[in-house]
Amino acid sequence: MSRYIVKRLLWMLLVLFLVSLITFAIEHAVPGGPFDREGRRLPEEIIANLMKKYHLDDPYWKQYANYLSDVLVPRITTKKPTSMLEESMINIELGGGYYFRWINLGPSYRSRSRTVNDIIRDQLPVSMQLGFLAMLIALAIGLPMGILAALKQNTVWDYLGMSVAIFGVSVPVVAMGPVLIWIFGVALRWLPPTSWGTKPPYLLFFIPHNLLSWQFFKYAIMPAFAVGTGYSAIIARLTRASLLQVVREDYIRTARAKGLVERVVIVRHALRNALIPVVTILGPMFAAVLTGLFVVETVFGIPGLGSYFVTSITNRDYPVIMGTILLYAVFLVIANAMVDITYAWLDPRIRYE
Amino acid sequence: MAVSELARSGAPARRRTAGLWSDAFYRLTRNKAAMVGGMLVILLTLTAIFASQIAPYSYSEQDRSQTDALPAWFLTIFPTMKPYAKISTHFPLGADYVGRDILSRLIYGAQISLSVAFVGPLIALLVGTVYGLVSGFFGGRVDDIMMRFVDIMYAFPTILLIILMMAFFRSTFAESEPGSFTYLMNTIDRRFGGMLFIFIGIGITAWMGTARLARGQVLSLREQDFTMSARAIGASSGRIIFRHFLPNVISPLVITVTLNIPQYIAFEAFLSFIGLGVNPPTPSWGSMISDGAQAIRTYPHQAILPALALSITMFAFNFLGDGLRDALDPRLRGA
Repeated sequence: MSRYIVKRLLWMLLVLFLVSLITFAIEHAVPGGPFDREGRRLPEEIIANLMKKYHLDDPYWKQYANYLSDVLVPRITTKKPTSMLEESMINIELGGGYYFRWINLGPSYRSRSRTVNDIIRDQLPVSMQLGFLAMLIALAIGLPMGILAALKQNTVWDYLGMSVAIFGVSVPVVAMGPVLIWIFGVALRWLPPTSWGTKPPYLLFFIPHNLLSWQFFKYAIMPAFAVGTGYSAIIARLTRASLLQVVREDYIRTARAKGLVERVVIVRHALRNALIPVVTILGPMFAAVLTGLFVVETVFGIPGLGSYFVTSITNRDYPVIMGTILLYAVFLVIANAMVDITYAWLDPRIRYE
Repeated sequence: MAVSELARSGAPARRRTAGLWSDAFYRLTRNKAAMVGGMLVILLTLTAIFASQIAPYSYSEQDRSQTDALPAWFLTIFPTMKPYAKISTHFPLGADYVGRDILSRLIYGAQISLSVAFVGPLIALLVGTVYGLVSGFFGGRVDDIMMRFVDIMYAFPTILLIILMMAFFRSTFAESEPGSFTYLMNTIDRRFGGMLFIFIGIGITAWMGTARLARGQVLSLREQDFTMSARAIGASSGRIIFRHFLPNVISPLVITVTLNIPQYIAFEAFLSFIGLGVNPPTPSWGSMISDGAQAIRTYPHQAILPALALSITMFAFNFLGDGLRDALDPRLRGA
């Protein structure tokens, strides 16, 4: 098992390295820098100066090497961390006027009042709050629905559950967002159609202090539902299919023949095995929630990292794009690795594939 | 002569395949949901093909006096617009923020979604099947390297890279010199209203699943007697792959890509929504929702109508895909 984990982690590092390389290559393969805006061009001298300031006139290999070393190599300096325009993500006071600084993501080319680190620090917690809530909704609706449909196969529960699931997979986030806003935000006026209900400081980087209050809930529920509902349908269908297959296995018949209570047969024997395949789609679910956030944050006007990323692409703000992609890639790759490791742990046959 | 006679001994097998398909078709016609889905798909396809004949107006024609206008009966469905609504007499579903007919744009929008629905699976089938067949057939080192590559692609956050690529290549290709490769690509892309890059984006993500599935199937077929006899009579690799393996693996592959069609449609809508899909003024349901969402509080119908069209289309393909799977999947027979 530990050999498998090590192998999986090395694989993860390789993928992250490739992501950074490809992102860098795509960004710099484009003619014209971040400072030529459409329509009006800045004078040559100003562009040259800006390029020099941000070291964009260096050879490509040097720019890439510098970026990697800024991100990866920790530094110990006497420079005090600041609350604004702070470039390093991790700052720890060592005493004696020395500071440990790590993960420097550089300045933003477009925003002069915030660095990439400032942007991530301000916007990411909101996206995380929304993302976690969406995943929670997906699981909380999907799992019980799938289990109920399988246990009561070919009854009204099964048909009802699976019709709801078909509905869930057929209405994409892009359509669900505006429809929800219109029904609950405009026509019924039950929920506010835009904005976000919590502010820093957060506990543990992203948990809002008013997590259980109506103030947080009324802003978060619609967007989280819009993102989560599609995946809850996929989870429900997979859970149902997997459970239906498992309850036909011989060991379930054995368990029943032993005279075990039906509840024990289902919970201890059937569900434990039926949920193993469900684990595998948690990785793709994470990716789907991430892209769902791009849409939902834009539709609902939520100040998260997803909507900022979409704007920074049109602005060609290289360091913001690179920083965000690297961050999202780290999340996705870690999530995938965790899913794979959990799966290998639950089902040892996988390791010898 | 004798060799080719022997090699063509797939005749009984072919008859059995025909039986499978007609059997499946019979079961499909018995499935009401699938039939409704199928009808809708046919209807939508016809709408897309004859869009220019059906649509009452052009998708880009602006009538500045009619901006945000809507028919009177809308107010019963969308009562919030009553205080300020501008009533239009000649646009059946109203006009958008620059006075373009929404119905015509919806009809033309079907062209985008439907072409994605047909071209997406085609790319996934072509690239994925060939890749998987070759990888599984040669096995050993070739298989190792080819599948490692699929593993890397799987672990990759492809969606992020597609967003990045679309954003950057669009601007590069737009600025390139006439006569160069990028200029040609850009011209083709313009000709299709921005569809080329969407297809490339779908192509990058869609082939991997099919490739894995095809390879897995081939690995088991390789060991079977008919492969050995084909080899024994001197059939070439290409012949074995395409004449013997392909017919055997195609049905599960078709099921998988059919089930994925709604995902391709949603992906196009997503790209168009974040502004990386079709080029304006080409209407896509995704970009119409994106435009309409800006005015969702004042003119909700501008976002709701394309959202409805998108959902109905995805419903239709989901019903049809599910029905097709139930009809073709032998494990569900008699159940």
